[in-house]
Amino acid sequence: MEFNFQFDWQAAIASLPFLLKGLPYTLLISFAGLAIGFLIGILFGLMRIGPTRWLRWPAVVYVEVFRGTPVLVQVLFIFYGLPTLLGGPINALTAGIAAIALNAGAYISEIVRGGVQSIERGQREAGLSLGLSPPQTFRYVIWPQALRRMIPALGNQGIVSIKDTSLFSVIGVGELVRQGQVYIANTFTALEVYFMIALLYLAITLSLSLALSLLERKGLVG
Amino acid sequence: MNDSVTSQDADRTADASPIVRLDRVDKHFGNLHVMQEIDLSVAHGEVVVIIGASGSGKSTLIRCVNGLEPFQSGRIEVDGKTLMPNGASGKSLQAVRTEVGMVFQQFNLFPHLSIRDNVTLAPRKVRGVTRDQANAIADKLLERVGIADQADKYPTQLSGGQQQRVALARALAMEPRLMLFDEPTSALDPEMIGEVLDAMRELANDGMTMMIVTHEMGFAREVADRVVFVHGGQIVEQGPPEQLFDHPRHERTQAFLSRVLKH
Ligand SMILES: Nc1ncnc2c1ncn2[C@@H]1O[C@H](COP(=O)(O)OP(=O)(O)O)[C@@H](O)[C@H]1O
Ligand SMILES: [Mg+2]
Repeated sequence: MEFNFQFDWQAAIASLPFLLKGLPYTLLISFAGLAIGFLIGILFGLMRIGPTRWLRWPAVVYVEVFRGTPVLVQVLFIFYGLPTLLGGPINALTAGIAAIALNAGAYISEIVRGGVQSIERGQREAGLSLGLSPPQTFRYVIWPQALRRMIPALGNQGIVSIKDTSLFSVIGVGELVRQGQVYIANTFTALEVYFMIALLYLAITLSLSLALSLLERKGLVG
Repeated sequence: MNDSVTSQDADRTADASPIVRLDRVDKHFGNLHVMQEIDLSVAHGEVVVIIGASGSGKSTLIRCVNGLEPFQSGRIEVDGKTLMPNGASGKSLQAVRTEVGMVFQQFNLFPHLSIRDNVTLAPRKVRGVTRDQANAIADKLLERVGIADQADKYPTQLSGGQQQRVALARALAMEPRLMLFDEPTSALDPEMIGEVLDAMRELANDGMTMMIVTHEMGFAREVADRVVFVHGGQIVEQGPPEQLFDHPRHERTQAFLSRVLKH
């Protein structure tokens, strides 16, 4: 029996067209999930520190539950568990997006809370003293500054969530890893294929990092 | 010249009711009794300087006037609107803040906005002034405080003295009926104190009603119509500057003044 430790570039390149079919799913789950997660994060993050006391508890519970359980368990629960409650199946893609949204939303809530609380008290006082209402003070004074400070942490969370989508091969979404598994099953080129998958993830996460650092540097946010 | 002085004086007597009236205002921070049944009135056009040791309650007092601090009992009237205890002022809180400007020790400029936008934000969002009109107002005010050429910069690019003058312009853009100052020069390097005091002096000469917390006793003596000495949450003594500085009646006032006037 003979082993070939040679990395087969041709096999790697040959796998690309098939792997790339998974890319739209990875991107869709990541960015739809993160976009919804961002909205959830803003909502719950602000509930946590807002003036209405009874809204704080739901926010705390939400964050603790979704930060304290694995995203893999969350997606399995949504895909296999929820249909029992709802009485109908859930689309795997929907389940994936929901899991990322809920999971990232919990972390982003904390990012939002930290960002808003990091703005000096004097900023709020200056806004109010000028006659801006509390919501206006938030909108025009606090939030733009908080958002800019949140960019690095948001970028971090984006990268984590993008990588988390690789777990969703278990529910059969045809994202990058799932495509890879299918391809390997027929070609036995695990080394090359997983290497290519890793490169694809890296391409996505590096693009995100780059985009965010440009955004931060140019002050395009706020 | 004479005419304008007499007409201004006539105005002041015609409108004899005070623009600010604190009526038995009481405030606690936990166990600390920071305002003890404070009574204080300020007339239209009057410049009142509040002095006192650190921690005596000066900031708390003026911050109550625009509702940045809630208080527990009594009431505060500002230009006909009433602030009630425990944050129960309703709509008048907003109305008061729209008509009362404030300058803070730490400037508190908005770092994400250009100097011009710092000045135009409130007129645009609160008064509904168009951007063009607001820019025109801002440029005029920035010129008045001597920083017209910095309008496109950002706060961190300016010196402390310049920042504080922008803060003054920002407050004036709302055309306030009353200006509050909480130690406006305390965070400044010594060489920049003068430029801020000059801008304030000019404002006082223009007839603005002002409540000023400061440790600049020379400025207080020169600009104040009345000096109020606060100690332990109470107004211990008040009067015209010559009387309060040269013939303080209360021994606490004497002790305080001998400490601060020594150097
Ligand atoms: N938010 C607060 N909570 C508790 N105590 C406070 C607070 N703000 C001020 N104090 C206390 O109230 C007293 C008066 O404060 P302040 O009005 O800032 O005094 P001043 O401006 O004369 O130095 C001080 O003893 C201060 O420590
Ligand atoms: Mg103070």
